[in-house]
Amino acid sequence: MHHTLVALLEDRPGVLNRVTNLFRRRAFNIESLTVGRTSEPGVSRMTLVIDSDQASAERVTAYLYKLVNVIEVEDLGVVPAVSRDLALVKVAVTGHDRAALMRVVDETRAHVVDTGEQTITLEVAGEPGHVDSVIARLEPLGIIEMVRTGQVAMRRGDTALSAAQYT
Amino acid sequence: MPRTGAQIIWECLVHQGVNTVFGYPGGAILPAYDAMLDYPIRHVLVRHEQGATHMADAYARASGGVGVAIATSGPGATNMVTGIATAMMDSSPLVCITGQVASKLIGYDAFQETDISGITLPITKHNYLVTRVEDIMPSIKEAFHLAKSGRPGPVLVDITKDAQQATIDWEWDPSPVKLRGYRPRMRASRDDLARAIALIRESKRPVILAGQGVIQSGAMDELRTFAEMVDVPVALTLLGLGGFPASHPLNLGMMGMHGEAWVNTAIQEADLLLAFGMRFDDRVTGNLATYAQQAKKIHVEIDPSEVNKNVKVDVPIIGDLRETLRELLDLLEPMDRESWNTYIRSMKGETAVRDIQRLPDNGHLYAAHVINDIWRITGGNALVVTDVGQHQMWEAQYYHHESPRSLITSGGLGTMGFAVPAAIGAKMARPEAEVWAIVGDGGFQMTQCELTTAAQEGIKIHIAIINNGYLGMVRQWQEFFYERRYAATPLRSPDFVKVAEAHGLTGFRVDRRSDVIDVVQRARASEGSVLIDFRVEQEDAVYPMVPAGADLHAMIRRPEPSVLVETATDPN
Repeated sequence: MHHTLVALLEDRPGVLNRVTNLFRRRAFNIESLTVGRTSEPGVSRMTLVIDSDQASAERVTAYLYKLVNVIEVEDLGVVPAVSRDLALVKVAVTGHDRAALMRVVDETRAHVVDTGEQTITLEVAGEPGHVDSVIARLEPLGIIEMVRTGQVAMRRGDTALSAAQYT
Repeated sequence: MPRTGAQIIWECLVHQGVNTVFGYPGGAILPAYDAMLDYPIRHVLVRHEQGATHMADAYARASGGVGVAIATSGPGATNMVTGIATAMMDSSPLVCITGQVASKLIGYDAFQETDISGITLPITKHNYLVTRVEDIMPSIKEAFHLAKSGRPGPVLVDITKDAQQATIDWEWDPSPVKLRGYRPRMRASRDDLARAIALIRESKRPVILAGQGVIQSGAMDELRTFAEMVDVPVALTLLGLGGFPASHPLNLGMMGMHGEAWVNTAIQEADLLLAFGMRFDDRVTGNLATYAQQAKKIHVEIDPSEVNKNVKVDVPIIGDLRETLRELLDLLEPMDRESWNTYIRSMKGETAVRDIQRLPDNGHLYAAHVINDIWRITGGNALVVTDVGQHQMWEAQYYHHESPRSLITSGGLGTMGFAVPAAIGAKMARPEAEVWAIVGDGGFQMTQCELTTAAQEGIKIHIAIINNGYLGMVRQWQEFFYERRYAATPLRSPDFVKVAEAHGLTGFRVDRRSDVIDVVQRARASEGSVLIDFRVEQEDAVYPMVPAGADLHAMIRRPEPSVLVETATDPN
């Protein structure tokens, strides 16, 4: 089962290493991990997807809080949330009907971001499940390179996750 | 005022109330050592940096303060790893300061460069790599704050040589440390307390499981008042010993792998466990699937990551134990559980000190007798430090601790070699205490170099080597679980009396029961540190024993009649 956690981190050298070390040390499997800036200076935000049940997610949350540079953790497995993933997919255009590929593009809100002599590169963005399904449709056409960003996620509604209350 | 980074280190330590540090100099920490001479600090020169960490760890455990260890970069720092991991597993407040190569050399594999902050990441509560002189004070202030607050633990501050050498205009910042990502929760919620009270009132067969959290939160009086108020017996973890008086009628003694039968039976038959500042370690629970199946569980714990980790609990209470017990006491009324306590007393009566009574008193030397005699002679008032193995369990069974911080031992990590340096650190913290190191012949040889440290410092510690010629606990496992195939456990030792004398201590040897009391008294009366080589039965075993992973009630009991083959020198 996939479980999504969001953590606010102090933006300092070595903090990401502390977080990933925790997962290695406690033998949790990371499905995806993204880190980026927030609107607050000195605060970065991590979205973490782990393959675990609710009890393990609670353990991970408790261990994350033990890290001194982790300011706040939110379990998006228990509240409504939006999440987005983005993939770049390079597909071969030789050896099959180019129109078949363009049909997938038309029907799935994928974008062509680059064309080569023998390949087309698509951008696919959306809910992780949507990205999965587009990739599944592209596979028979011959994917020759792919990268996914991993999920970013945010709680729905007016509640905001912020480090401001602790500064 | 202008201060070098090296001076700032000592200024900060003095402001933190530090007057004793344990360390070993070297190239990258040389500026700090040079500055040290101008500050009111007692520096204990160790013989190996592992010793410095064990000494500082024990200094902290004996005093209730923070222990400080210092080393240079590279091998100096890596030698600290075992001691840091020991402090981490036992939640001991330790601050380690290491020198690091100059910041411009970091990453270039310079002489004696090692990534000690990376190496110690999983075995410290937090650590710092300081490359700028401006960051020294905040890092050291934070290190002390983190080491001693919440769930205590070791913090390492690695400071580059150029940061030590640089000069800035500096003054002490007395403002309290504020860390936005570190907010230990100290007070339990009202709801949790109410749910706990309801379970305590309903329970017919409750047992308190008290751990080191009792000692670290200073909750001994509260625990005692609580146990008496609700009339609940108290079982202790190894690190909890001393947190509840051994002589108290409600005391059950140590639980777990080598706990007495009545303790583990009471836990298995309980309908409520009150876990206070302990973490349901595997040595305490045995097989989790059959552990205290009928019992509801209340867990009072400062570290949220320990709750529901090993044992699923009904009422988790996150907070400081002492505060929590005070709040519970305000909400509780006196109770009576006569039938449950009578039942436990009847179990205890039939087996109490059974093992020690059944050891033949034929002049041969048994470790249990030695430890029990030391307990009697010292009136139970010694500060005992143990190593790891059979002697450690016998100490826990036969030295009865009445007060907190009277037993210092490596519990979680099980670090052999801990006792001798830890005894030195404990003595430094409590010069008035009678300090005894009880140590096996194996563990003693791991850190015996620190005998000279004791001699150089002119302190008096008592070292009792429980010498059975084997790595005894491993031999016991080989006896029970590996068909007595004694692979690599027979152990040749040097002449320990001569070792003692060579290091400037007084040495004694005892190989029969009738000499124990006399020699222990002579050792206590001697000037300076003393060592007694107790030549005990070689193939004695610690009973009872719950095999690793077995059900807590499935204990191996002392065979009867004893199958022990006596090996000690014949007294005649």
